[in-house]
Amino acid sequence: MSNAVEPRGLSKIGLQINGWLVYLFFYAPIVLLVIFSFSESRNVGKWGGFTLSWYEQFIDSSNARNALENSIKIAIVVTIISVILGTMSALALERFTFKGKRVFDALLYLPIIIPDVTMAVMLLLFFGEFFEILDNLFGLQLRKGFWSISISHIAFNISFVSVVVRARLAGMSTDLEEAAVDLYASRWKAFRHVTFPQILPGIAGGALLAMTLSLDDVVITQFVAGPGWTTLPVYVFGLIRKGVTPLINSISVIMLVSSMLLVGLSLLAERTRRGG
Amino acid sequence: MRKRESTEHVVEVATPEFEKTAQKKEARRGLLMALPSYLYLILFFVIPLGIVLIYSFATRNRFGGTDLSGWNVESYERIAEPIVRTILFRSLWLAILTTVICLVIAYPFAYYLSTRKPAIRNVMLVFVMIPFWTNFLVRNYAWRVILGNDGPFTKVTEFFGLGTHELLFSQKAVVLGLVYGYLPFMILPLYAAIERIDGQLLEASRDLYGNGWQSFKNVLLPLSMPGVIAGSILVFVPSLGAYVTPEILGGAKTTLLGSYIVTQFLTARNWPFGAALSFVLMAVMLLMTIIYFRKGGRTL
Amino acid sequence: MRKTRKLQVLGAIFAMSLLAVTACGSDDDDSAGSACEVGQIDGDLAMYNWAEYIDEEQLAAFAEEYGISFTLDTYESNEAMQPIISAGNSGYDVIVPSDYMVSILIEAGHIMKLNLDAIPNSSNISDDFSGLYYDPKAEYSVPYQWGTTGIGVNTAVVGDDFPRSWGLIFDPAISGEFDGQIQLLNDPRETLGAALKYLGYSLNTTSESELNEAKDLLAATSSRLAAFNTDSADEFLTSGETVIGHGYSGDMFVQFLDQDNYDDYVYFVPEEGGTKWIDNMAIPFDAPSPCTAHTFINWMLTAEQGAALTDWNYYDTPNQAALDLMGEDAEGYYDDLLDFIRNPELFAGGVDSLESIEDTGDFETNYSDAFVNAKG
Repeated sequence: MSNAVEPRGLSKIGLQINGWLVYLFFYAPIVLLVIFSFSESRNVGKWGGFTLSWYEQFIDSSNARNALENSIKIAIVVTIISVILGTMSALALERFTFKGKRVFDALLYLPIIIPDVTMAVMLLLFFGEFFEILDNLFGLQLRKGFWSISISHIAFNISFVSVVVRARLAGMSTDLEEAAVDLYASRWKAFRHVTFPQILPGIAGGALLAMTLSLDDVVITQFVAGPGWTTLPVYVFGLIRKGVTPLINSISVIMLVSSMLLVGLSLLAERTRRGG
Repeated sequence: MRKRESTEHVVEVATPEFEKTAQKKEARRGLLMALPSYLYLILFFVIPLGIVLIYSFATRNRFGGTDLSGWNVESYERIAEPIVRTILFRSLWLAILTTVICLVIAYPFAYYLSTRKPAIRNVMLVFVMIPFWTNFLVRNYAWRVILGNDGPFTKVTEFFGLGTHELLFSQKAVVLGLVYGYLPFMILPLYAAIERIDGQLLEASRDLYGNGWQSFKNVLLPLSMPGVIAGSILVFVPSLGAYVTPEILGGAKTTLLGSYIVTQFLTARNWPFGAALSFVLMAVMLLMTIIYFRKGGRTL
Repeated sequence: MRKTRKLQVLGAIFAMSLLAVTACGSDDDDSAGSACEVGQIDGDLAMYNWAEYIDEEQLAAFAEEYGISFTLDTYESNEAMQPIISAGNSGYDVIVPSDYMVSILIEAGHIMKLNLDAIPNSSNISDDFSGLYYDPKAEYSVPYQWGTTGIGVNTAVVGDDFPRSWGLIFDPAISGEFDGQIQLLNDPRETLGAALKYLGYSLNTTSESELNEAKDLLAATSSRLAAFNTDSADEFLTSGETVIGHGYSGDMFVQFLDQDNYDDYVYFVPEEGGTKWIDNMAIPFDAPSPCTAHTFINWMLTAEQGAALTDWNYYDTPNQAALDLMGEDAEGYYDDLLDFIRNPELFAGGVDSLESIEDTGDFETNYSDAFVNAKG
């Protein structure tokens, strides 16, 4: 795929400045957040000398560690499943006509526009009933926890992934793929070797979005979680009520570093897979 | 739409019967691809949504529970109250403002991104997302420190002799916080849409029009419209329902739609009214989106 | 298209049947814990508590003593906890609802009747906590901690010479020079309650006209505020964002004592009176380990654990034995703490001027509507 045209002259400088300003905007609060995670003072915003005590406090708290672990486990499962389902939906909607397509299109849109507290409440009620029915019918004793949280996150993430992938697919030429099919490649092979690489940036964007949304969700998670399944944002939300201390900064920094590791590792895995 | 034309183009040469079976096969394939998500959303979204829909016609009982009897439309009638309209318009204005600002910032940024070398592009894109792996609430609190009393923002404006500007607890701070929170949602789809545009086409258009603005208006913008639409929705929708940022950065001095709904569920424990408000909000969003889609030359 | 229509209908039917099942389900008996004996353990402990309200170490000590494991999850408001418990199958053994929420949970049948035979240490609770309005016979709940809602002031800016009155917030003649540096809680009952108290009414009023007066007062005050905020009243004061703040006693104490210039800050409940709230331990109706829950509640009511709790969260204890223990402390540490949190100056109108927030039933929505309308 060829790059968009390199702009020239004034517009080039303008674009460059805008680019740097956007990064400055994105990172200003992050830099502040990182700095104050090492501050001795309880007040975020007042420097009180260097300390690692907030990190120690995090490591000492089995609850906080547990929450981090939960968040990461959930984010991994949610991202993988939502990317698969979301991409399939995007392909179905952009590349095929089938019965009920318009209904499906509208349906996919609903999880994006529903207020999160409403989704939280409805899933709380739903899981209560769902588990009771499973218990009555099959004697299954299920508890809210990992799966109820993951299922809920996937329920909104399918839509977000498909929006991003569709933005990529829409209006994209199908000539290449059809040429491949014409050359008697199977439909699947044509997809695998032609379409997939073309839409990969869209899929990657969708995956990043799904992961971010899963790692950030508070209200829905809180309502569908069971004992021991507090995630990091829910934990932080609780802490804030009793005061914004650098502890929440240190938690954020740890979250940041683990997410970077997660993405770094998956990129590395992808590279070695392709290389090998 | 282009893709449909081209599918038809393939089967054009075939015999009518073959065409029919091929079309059927295509339709089946499409349905098969959609089916897992379809079923998933029906079980884990539509049915739960049905439960809240039923709740919206129920009555709050004395103790803040919901009585599932005595169906009525009182909750929907309350939406005619003037305060609801005030809140709705205020929220709409804020959401539109946020969306426009995001679009203005994100479009050149996404374009700039797509002109970089592929390897650098990906790194730059990841660097857009990294700040958002910190906690949403904590980012808002970081902005509170920046904008607050004696914070870095005041220091900077004082340094440049612009006087003391305390932005915290103002409408401006809310817009700033919302733009910060949802800018990546605009950048991602815009980038996905711009990046796939054929560079040669732009080159040709620039030769044709000889003017950057004309070439942008007539070629780049129409081709990237799907990204503009997707991004605008992803920003507009959460901005309209936002409640955390207005509370932390705006000081909750005026009520917005998002916090109004949250209040019904989590303070007044008036679930029927909360549910009714949610459905109205969703209807407004659907309506706005359909209008937007029409303008963008697409149908929902 | 027809097929999807059919699916929709099926979905709707399924949803309806779900609701039908709810309607007849969840009729659990009140007495799941009645067979529990002192010190009996019937499983691990899962506690659902306010954030930062109990030291994990304290829970760990209990778990170790009885050879079980524990989980602690936290919530940030009664209203966020209640639907989770009420939906059933929450998996929690012990919850900590506030006063008015206890009465709601009792009414809904969502907390179980306690077997007080299994909680002999309930005799440690001070007599001040008997005959509480929300649980008159103390059958469903045991007091956990209590505190007040009042005003915090930065005396370095405001000075010491101000009336101990809600007028400090509501009367521009008193605090007009601090416009834009005042904060109120973003909570309809607390904030309208403060306005009602200033006007001389009960904060549980169900009179439309009294509430209207309070609403108008709040609307007039709203433009003079820095913010409505519930989480950060104490931090706004110490960071200089505000000089007069409306908040909870324990939060203020923790924050003030952490400052080098802690002498500059005072917290008090105005002479017109304010909110006194009591948080309680209770057991959800479908707790997986009700006997462990009883044993835990009994353990928390010992003098040592009561003192440890207050020492950690700076809220006052309803545990008389714990107070006695703290009073006897040789190093004088607890004396200081008690002096601080029980300072008589805290209650400008005396302890009798305090009032608990009660659930007003149907009138509750009037409060939240008035609050929204006051903000505009």
